[in-house]
Amino acid sequence: MARAVTPARKSINTAAAWTVALIIFFPILWTILTSFKPEPVAVASPPVFLNFDWSFENYETVIQQRGYGQFFWNSMVIAFGSTILGMIIAIPSAWAMAFVHGKRTKDLLMWMLSTKMMPAAGVLVPIYLIAVYFKILDTRFLLTIVLMLMNLPIIIWMLYTYFREIPVDILEAARMDGASLTNEILYVLTPMAVPGIASTLLLNVILAWNESFWTLNLTAFNAAPLTKFIAGFSSPQGLFYAKLSAASVMAFLPIMILGWFSQKQLVRGLTFGAVK
Amino acid sequence: MATQASRSAARLMVSPSVILLFIWMAVPLGMVIYYSFRRYRLLNPERAGWNGWSNYSSFVFSPDFGGALVNTLILVLGVLIITVVLGILIALLIDQPIWGQGPVRILVISPFFIMPPVSALVWKNMFFNPSNGLFGELFKYLGMRPFDFLGQAPLGSIVTIVAWEWLPFATLILLTALQSLDSEQLEAAEMDGAPVLKRFWYIILPHMSRSITVVILIQTIFLLGIFGEILVTTAGGPGTASTTLPFLIFKEALLDFDVGTAAAGGVVAVILANIVAIFLMKAIGKNLD
Repeated sequence: MARAVTPARKSINTAAAWTVALIIFFPILWTILTSFKPEPVAVASPPVFLNFDWSFENYETVIQQRGYGQFFWNSMVIAFGSTILGMIIAIPSAWAMAFVHGKRTKDLLMWMLSTKMMPAAGVLVPIYLIAVYFKILDTRFLLTIVLMLMNLPIIIWMLYTYFREIPVDILEAARMDGASLTNEILYVLTPMAVPGIASTLLLNVILAWNESFWTLNLTAFNAAPLTKFIAGFSSPQGLFYAKLSAASVMAFLPIMILGWFSQKQLVRGLTFGAVK
Repeated sequence: MATQASRSAARLMVSPSVILLFIWMAVPLGMVIYYSFRRYRLLNPERAGWNGWSNYSSFVFSPDFGGALVNTLILVLGVLIITVVLGILIALLIDQPIWGQGPVRILVISPFFIMPPVSALVWKNMFFNPSNGLFGELFKYLGMRPFDFLGQAPLGSIVTIVAWEWLPFATLILLTALQSLDSEQLEAAEMDGAPVLKRFWYIILPHMSRSITVVILIQTIFLLGIFGEILVTTAGGPGTASTTLPFLIFKEALLDFDVGTAAAGGVVAVILANIVAIFLMKAIGKNLD
């Protein structure tokens, strides 16, 4: 809706929009600032904004004394493992539903989505008991499988809405020109499918990274990802704001930057294609 | 192009997902229903047996259940109202011609990518804490006594945290909807002398209505499961002042080790979620083709 407005009007709007944006962003900014402060400065009254001795000390402490590395590795394995496994299962399904569109495809998709409506708390007890029975509680294997199943409907839906947009006519044209099936897949379909696959991957890694019902309830230490690491700061322990901030920044920064690149896909993915 | 052969190939490609999702849905659901009629405490498992409806009655008639239901409703409705109203206003503001729309969008969307335990602990310690938090400082600066947010208004504080997490989602979706609005229609209305409020009420709001529905329904599904924020801030307290339905089930299962009652609570949660889901499926199904 780009409309012409007077420069004065535009200045006022700009000031208002930036003010709102900075207020919303402020808790994140404050966390980043605090992570560079010495502990006493982090709780100083009145609060100190920029004028302090910046240091990476808190980051060093968190990495060396709190074992950040293992939690980070668990998060990586669980988030990427569950997403990639989900993609391997979902791509053929979404592909088939998009290109061989039968009468029941829509019902099938709706049914898949309905599994997403199952409240996690509702099935906490059975999943917990199954994990205890198979002795896989607190393993990365369990978390990878659970998060894969949890996000599988979203992955299939997102891929489906992307694949549906690939024009079938192009396939027929390629076939008329004598392209073999291999060439068809390699040179015609793959280039058109890759952007959709990439954004599905990105969004689901973000969702899995931040998932905090199953990761908190099914892990103790061995498979504990960053959500559990941060939750460990929930009981006060002397001066800890600066260390909490450093740990928080290390938990959210990589995924937030990934998220900035995926905001368009986020709308599409999380609304199951209903808003584009 | 759908021949018989390609149809059976398609069925083969779809079946792994269908089978997995079916197991993922049916097995836990079957188990949760089974255990909801069993007496089963993890601490003395030998006293197991059929228990009739008493798990349900002890869950539903426990003094905590009514409170948890009300708290869940307050949490969901509170967050929905805040995020939708503010989301519309912020989307309208950002959609205006401004300098730096890209960076503004990035700043506004950022909280959505913060994992729940992080946002909850940052708010709890660095903002809500009466002695060291920024709000406490602000109160002191204004000459007022610091207010213990999580102690005095636990549910309101959690609503604030969760609304901050979900405001970006609502804003982003409503902004996307707004940007697809045909500007000629608005300009015509403007030329005809329609005042701002009327243009909003009769053109912009109807155009956004579908997106607003989608925002409400999708957020509801996620908000019904809010857990991490409560665990690390109040742990459901003080007392049961901020215990929601998912948190109550968690307490029964993993703190009191009462599998039977927790399972009955799980069945209740599944039923409630399904009532919401029916509306969601209808709304999304309409937009599918």
